[in-house]
Amino acid sequence: MIAVRVARPVIALLSGLLFGIGLFVSGMSNPAKVQAFLDVFGAWDPSLGLVMAAALGVVVVEFHGARAIDRSFVGEPFHWPEPQPVDFPLLVGSVVFGVGWGIAGLCPGAALVGLGLGQLPAAVFVTAMLLGIALVGQMTDDRGQ
Amino acid sequence: MSIDWLNFSPAASLVGGLLIGVACTFLLLGIGRFAGISGIVSGLLDPGSRDFGWKSAFVAGLVIAPSVLKPFSLVEWPDLQQAGGTSGSLLDFVLGGFLAGIGARLAKGCTSGHGICGLGRFSRRSLVAVVLFMGAAMSVTYVFRHLA
Repeated sequence: MIAVRVARPVIALLSGLLFGIGLFVSGMSNPAKVQAFLDVFGAWDPSLGLVMAAALGVVVVEFHGARAIDRSFVGEPFHWPEPQPVDFPLLVGSVVFGVGWGIAGLCPGAALVGLGLGQLPAAVFVTAMLLGIALVGQMTDDRGQ
Repeated sequence: MSIDWLNFSPAASLVGGLLIGVACTFLLLGIGRFAGISGIVSGLLDPGSRDFGWKSAFVAGLVIAPSVLKPFSLVEWPDLQQAGGTSGSLLDFVLGGFLAGIGARLAKGCTSGHGICGLGRFSRRSLVAVVLFMGAAMSVTYVFRHLA
C-alpha cells in the first residue's frame, strides 16, 4: 500500500513532465504558433494538426491495448469515463472554450508550461482559468472528474 | 489559404506529439487515469479529494518541464511576454483564460481531454467538442485578424 501511495504521485509527476516537454518541444506553449494554426485563412501553419495526429496515433494503439489488460500498474482499474450523451453543456462549453483558446492562443496545458517559463501572460491566463472553473463548479456543484 | 512553409515545423511537431501521447499512455497504464488537463487542474480546487495528490503532482510536472529542458539547451528559450494574444494586451489572457476555464468545465474536457484522450477512445462527445472548439477558435482568429 505504501508503495502505491508513493507510486501514484511519482507516475503522475513524470507523466506531467513528459506532457509538458511534449507541449514545449512542439511549440504549442507559444501562443503565436497556436494562432498561426487557427488562422486558416491567413498564412496557415499546420504544425498543431501534426502534434495532435502524432499524439492520437500513440493513444489509439495504447487504449486499444489497455482494453485487454485488467488493471493499471498500481493495481487500480482503468477509469474509463462513463458513456454520456451529447448534451447542452457540452455544446455550449466547447464553443466557449474555443473562443477563449482563440483569444489567448493558450490551452490549459500550454498555459501551465508557460507558467514554468515565468511568463506573465501565462500566469494571468492560469489565474483567470481557475476562476472560471471555480465559478462553474459553484453554480453546478458537481465535482471535477 | 496559403501554407506558411517557413514556420511549419513537422519534426518538432511529431516529436512533441509523440511525447504527449506517451505521457497519456504512462498515466493510464500507470495509475489508470486519463490525462485531461482541465479536469486535473479542477482537482487543485478540491484539496480534500483523494485525487488531490496525483493531480497536483501532474500539474507540477507540467510547470517544471521547461526548467528541466533548459540546462540541456535543447530548445530556444522563448520570450513570450510579447508573443501571442490577439491584441497583444494582457486582457486577452484574462478573458481567454476565464472563458477557457468556464468552457472546459462545462464541456468536461479541453484540448487534451477531448482532443487527445477522447478522440483516442473514439468518443462521439469528444468529436463534437473538438469540431466545436476548433471551429470557434478559428472563427475568433478570423474575426480578429481579417475583419477587425
